[in-house]
Amino acid sequence: MFANLNGLEGNLFDEFRRMEQEMDQLFGRNPWTSGIRSVARGTYPPINIGSTPEQVDVYLFAAGVDPKALEISIHQNLLTIDGERRLITEEGADYFRKERYDGAFHRVVTLPDDVDPEQVEAAYRDGVLRITIKRRVKSQPRQIEVK
Amino acid sequence: MNESNDVVRQQSKTVEQGKRERTMRPPVDIFEDSTGITVQADMPGVSKDRLEVHIENDTLSIDGTADIAMPEGMEALYADIRSTHYQRSFSLSRELDGDKVNATLKDGVLILRIPKREQYQPRKIEVRVV
Repeated sequence: MFANLNGLEGNLFDEFRRMEQEMDQLFGRNPWTSGIRSVARGTYPPINIGSTPEQVDVYLFAAGVDPKALEISIHQNLLTIDGERRLITEEGADYFRKERYDGAFHRVVTLPDDVDPEQVEAAYRDGVLRITIKRRVKSQPRQIEVK
Repeated sequence: MNESNDVVRQQSKTVEQGKRERTMRPPVDIFEDSTGITVQADMPGVSKDRLEVHIENDTLSIDGTADIAMPEGMEALYADIRSTHYQRSFSLSRELDGDKVNATLKDGVLILRIPKREQYQPRKIEVRVV
């Protein structure tokens, strides 16, 4: 199953059930994550998304990718990441395992509605691409005076 | 080269898993040429100082911890990756020289080169014209 696809350990069925339940909870709690653009687990590269009141961080676990070959764009609250990882196959060598992803990838992430597409930063370090999108400053609560 | 699937080891891991954080098996490419074996492993987030490669009793172990910078109070909205610990091990065969393993890490990709012992390397026999 997907554990084999993205190399995650944990082949116990209990573990799968637990994870499925977790995913259901996650999708149920945050309706935006179950968007029409969501993809099957195990799609390369794996993504984590974290949120604080100030910003949303998207992490792409894409080792050995040339950052110049990455194309990141944001349209409203839709973040698109295109890239490719071309592995060099050793000529004349005997391959025993070929588990690493090779080729182009494309991922679309729907972000919360209050992100500011003008304030996006991206950094690539140790094979992890981190994209930080600031949220819009919420209007301060106002007190309405009764005249 | 075979992946270790020692029964005793597997059992202890299962027991540990309940207490410890889950570990991830990094995906690998392994190939052999005439002079040795090369292992390439994807370990995004792992820096040099958080990586350990060691060989003991002909078992090659890769152990790494990803360091992911996160702002304080971050809540997970979605997570494909649920662990920061990578672990995988392989048993080496006799003709491989565990003392001469060369390891490099770049952009989260670990490359291990395990040379064959000299006496196992193919020798070219020159044909002399008489």
